[in-house]
Amino acid sequence: MQALVIVAHGSHLNPDSSTPTRRHADTIRATGAFDEVKTGFWKEEPSLREVLRTVESEEVYVVPLFISEGYFTEQVIPRELRLEGWDVSEWDSDGLSADTATLVAEDTGQTVHYCGPVGTHESMTDVIVRRAETVTGDPDVGEGFGLAVVGHGTERNENSAKAIEYHADRVRETGRFEEVRALYMDEEPEVDDVTDHFESEDVVVVPLFVADGFHTQEDIPEDMGLTDDYRTGYDVPAEVDGHRIWYAGAVGTEALMADVVLERAADAGADIEEAIASVREETRETPAAGD
Amino acid sequence: MTSVRGEQFEALVRRLDERPIDFDGLRAEWDGEGYAFETPERTHEGLSQAGLHEAAANAEPYVTNWHFWEADVGHEGRHRRAFLRKLEAADDRSVPERYDSLAEGMVTEWGELRITATLGDAGERRYEVRHEDDAAAAAAALETHEEPLDARDIGTYDEKGRYRPLKTAPTLVDGWVFPALDGRELVEAVDAFYPATVANWNLEREGELDVSHWEGTMERQSGIYSVIQTWNRGKGTDHVEWVAESCCDDSQCLKRREWQYDEETELDAPGGDGAFPCREPCSLVVAAARKWTRLEGEESRTYEFELTPSEKEQVEEIIDAVADGRVDDVREADIYEGANRYRTRFLRAKRFDEEGNLSGTPTESDEDEN
Repeated sequence: MQALVIVAHGSHLNPDSSTPTRRHADTIRATGAFDEVKTGFWKEEPSLREVLRTVESEEVYVVPLFISEGYFTEQVIPRELRLEGWDVSEWDSDGLSADTATLVAEDTGQTVHYCGPVGTHESMTDVIVRRAETVTGDPDVGEGFGLAVVGHGTERNENSAKAIEYHADRVRETGRFEEVRALYMDEEPEVDDVTDHFESEDVVVVPLFVADGFHTQEDIPEDMGLTDDYRTGYDVPAEVDGHRIWYAGAVGTEALMADVVLERAADAGADIEEAIASVREETRETPAAGD
Repeated sequence: MTSVRGEQFEALVRRLDERPIDFDGLRAEWDGEGYAFETPERTHEGLSQAGLHEAAANAEPYVTNWHFWEADVGHEGRHRRAFLRKLEAADDRSVPERYDSLAEGMVTEWGELRITATLGDAGERRYEVRHEDDAAAAAAALETHEEPLDARDIGTYDEKGRYRPLKTAPTLVDGWVFPALDGRELVEAVDAFYPATVANWNLEREGELDVSHWEGTMERQSGIYSVIQTWNRGKGTDHVEWVAESCCDDSQCLKRREWQYDEETELDAPGGDGAFPCREPCSLVVAAARKWTRLEGEESRTYEFELTPSEKEQVEEIIDAVADGRVDDVREADIYEGANRYRTRFLRAKRFDEEGNLSGTPTESDEDEN
């Protein structure tokens, strides 16, 4: 028996924080690739401390639904899951390349394949592009469009910006969009001045966040000038300084994210090729703009 | 009336080819020449397969019961199995007793859940789950759910539409029913309502519950929570008593607090009466403790307030009403209640200055500001 456990932050205040995690778990559960699919949270239940004991399988793939490597993936999650002898050097990562480490959970004795976060996986680039397709309602979006990948940015974690730049570079290399920029909330270049960074009239803005919340629903729309007050909402696209801004909201809410979770587990040795194909198929729908 | 199905009998014969059965009062074996088959009521020796079939048909509760626990439930999910056996008191009651009771429906309360176990045609179990407040409701009057993970949505908001971050808060909404879950689905639903409670209950039952006490849990905190490690102020363990009293009361959480200050130091605050154990301070307690650690870093000082005796009592009543969540129960026009909104507005109009200072007394004195 093999199980998948998706671990995420969650929230004491906002139920939407854990919604994407549960939805991706449901998508994967429906493929039948794992005997069990569970979710565990830092701020909700089951807690990271107890999630493994809700799993009956002896072989567990743990995938963190986090954007970057750092405090949570390197310290909090392995500590709370009680992964015996965890040492971050097992990942031998440059801040983007954490893939998998196999350890034993001290309290349950299960074999845990502990994976790198979804945000730094190469297939996350596809989700960013898919998000642009979803928000514009155009499966061929690119020509005449700029794309902004937006990160939190923080001095506390240098890896936070690395993930944003990595995916921006990868999208740029495809040549699909006219222009691609990495922008940040808390460091230069800032998302506030989004229109200064693009010549294209149409710009898709995709925040590299797991869930919609305070930052993606309040800060970023107000900072970009989409709206004066987030409570009154904003249009997609919205006119700002002669540009049309197609604001996508958190990339983590995109259905295709389930695929990145599966890719992480597959990289760690889970035998789930068929599930990956079926999730790619399942999550392909591109709803109309503004949905 | 249940009956032994062909597939169940075949499973029995296959199993006896491999090894004998000794389960819940049923003993059977193949000795190379014939079958032995025994229940507390009857003993047979040297049976042919046809004879075994007849004996099994005459002892169908034992056979279907064996099949349910060995084939349907199995042994992989140790906590799940233990929980399902608890629901029919399987370790205390004989198979015929259980089958009689299951025919009526055996009820177990689990937090605010009411779980009813019943018997299907061939000994399989069916479980109904509803809110305990809906015990007497007709199933048709409740919203029906087939999918166990619907429990996540039911448990997300309380009856006022507020988010429930603590799944074991006694604020689960009623009005729904899962009429017919199998054992695996039942445990999935229970785990969605009350995560990890089945595992922790069974670990406790087996004497293996790993309790992480306050001190160890706080020592483990890092990042913005590491400030909690500095919180050892005041007399002994008073601060932890206050945390337990404020958060871990039955009125706030259905878990029974098993954690103490540390291995040697028990807390005086009662741990509650819940069915499922709480094995360490939860993330809500940790988050609250972080805030209180900061607040407790302040020194107390002496203020002077002008209040009438009734006004002082009113302030106390307001604090009580908020702390106990009774504010919404105070009737609009009941100005005899200290926490009545109009009476409170009167107090504010009379005793607050323009800056919102009680009795016109500033929080910081002039000396602090200089």
